[in-house]
Amino acid sequence: MFKKRFINQLINSFFDLSPILAVVIIFQVLIIQQSIPDVGHFLLGILFVLVGLSLFIQGLELSLFPLGESMAYGFARKGSLFWLLAFAFCLGFGAAVAEPALINLAEQAAELAIKKASITDSASAKNNYVLGFRITVAVSSGVAILIGVLRIIRGWPAYYPVFYAYIGIALITPFCHKDMLSIAYDSGSIATSTLTVPLVTALGVGLATAIKGRNPMTDGFGLVVFASLTPIIAVMLYGLAI
Amino acid sequence: MIDWLIQFLIRFLETARDFLPIFLVLIGFQLFVIRKPLSHPQKTFSGFIFLLLGVTIFLEGLDLALFPIGKLMASQLTTAEFLGIDPLDKTVNWKTYGWVYVFSACLGFAVALAEPSLLAIANKAEQISGGTIRAWGLRIAVGIGLGFGLALGTFRIVTGTELYLYVISGFAIATLQTLFTPKSILGIAFDSGSVTTTMVTVPLVTALGIGLAQAIPGRDPLSDGFGLLALASLYPIIAVLSYAQIAQYLNKHSVSSKP
Repeated sequence: MFKKRFINQLINSFFDLSPILAVVIIFQVLIIQQSIPDVGHFLLGILFVLVGLSLFIQGLELSLFPLGESMAYGFARKGSLFWLLAFAFCLGFGAAVAEPALINLAEQAAELAIKKASITDSASAKNNYVLGFRITVAVSSGVAILIGVLRIIRGWPAYYPVFYAYIGIALITPFCHKDMLSIAYDSGSIATSTLTVPLVTALGVGLATAIKGRNPMTDGFGLVVFASLTPIIAVMLYGLAI
Repeated sequence: MIDWLIQFLIRFLETARDFLPIFLVLIGFQLFVIRKPLSHPQKTFSGFIFLLLGVTIFLEGLDLALFPIGKLMASQLTTAEFLGIDPLDKTVNWKTYGWVYVFSACLGFAVALAEPSLLAIANKAEQISGGTIRAWGLRIAVGIGLGFGLALGTFRIVTGTELYLYVISGFAIATLQTLFTPKSILGIAFDSGSVTTTMVTVPLVTALGIGLAQAIPGRDPLSDGFGLLALASLYPIIAVLSYAQIAQYLNKHSVSSKP
């Protein structure tokens, strides 16, 4: 039974990924007019991508989706706002703090700070800067999930926090250095990682289903976007403060 | 073969390290705050293993198949011979880079469709909305938005114009569109952009930005190479909002044309 489901999932994954294969092959053959450098590796890689994607989707359906939703129900039944908000914060914080792409970006930001002479060119100053950057992004993304959960409980419309974040970003932008601005804008997209996205969605949808008067479609989504906007504000402020 | 296995094992452990905080938060809160044992501990545990293995194998596959080609394509496209520019000529004309915009748009479209998180969320949205939102429709809309965002972002790197102009005007367009979009789709539309910039998009788009900033005369990778990701997570929002508006318009049209 499991084997059959996995084979079905593999076939689905193939269809899901077919557009990217088409783009790569068409572009390589027609426009750059060179054959793919190593066909054997390429095919093996595609097979890996298919198997990996299928396992990932299966894993989500087995663990994160049901767990996220059942925990949302658990918190709703328990009725403790404090623990629910603490959980929301930890999810956002935990996901961002270990994100490898974010560590990379933090190092680039440190290079920039050294170039501008905002920090001294020493290993310890750089490490402090990188750590501060990561904590800043992680805290802001934790706060974002916390506010998003509060929004579902209170029944505020999904676009309220997003608009406030837009306005906040637009207001702080003129005060920031141009180079720091690009890094700040990018940090938001990086803070939302592969695991947080499905988990936070499951939490939002679960809460919106469990709480009376909320609709999973209208209220359950919109958490992830806020978690990718608050880090922008936080990093801009971090750049201004240091 | 043994080298490869060791490399695979290292990558598996790295993935496990990245996922550990989340697993700990989940299990910790379940056991100590909700104070109930997991309802299906075996299923949950094997699900975690599947996620870890899935992401490790997926990344390994990306390294073998898509990343080298993506990076090769980005570097081939930005060579002076391909573009037909004189490397000594320091004046940059944005029209010379026509193929770069086309390529970035195609790359954006392709990476969006390959993104596992987007796939998971699109399926979820289709399931919750009872089929009014189609997973494929959503993914294609995000792909178009990401493609447009990247083309615009490469145009920005080529011309050296300010990033905030593109970001703030994107905010303004999305805000205006919100007024005319059915409320039920707003959440998923806003999420779609951030959902897409994860495993596949982040490394490829970063490589593209830094590659372009290195190849184009007068650009500095450190200050001009960033900013593509910001546009890559903003413009899908606009695309999905437009998709919702078009779908609504067509719906109304077909309903009113029937007597």
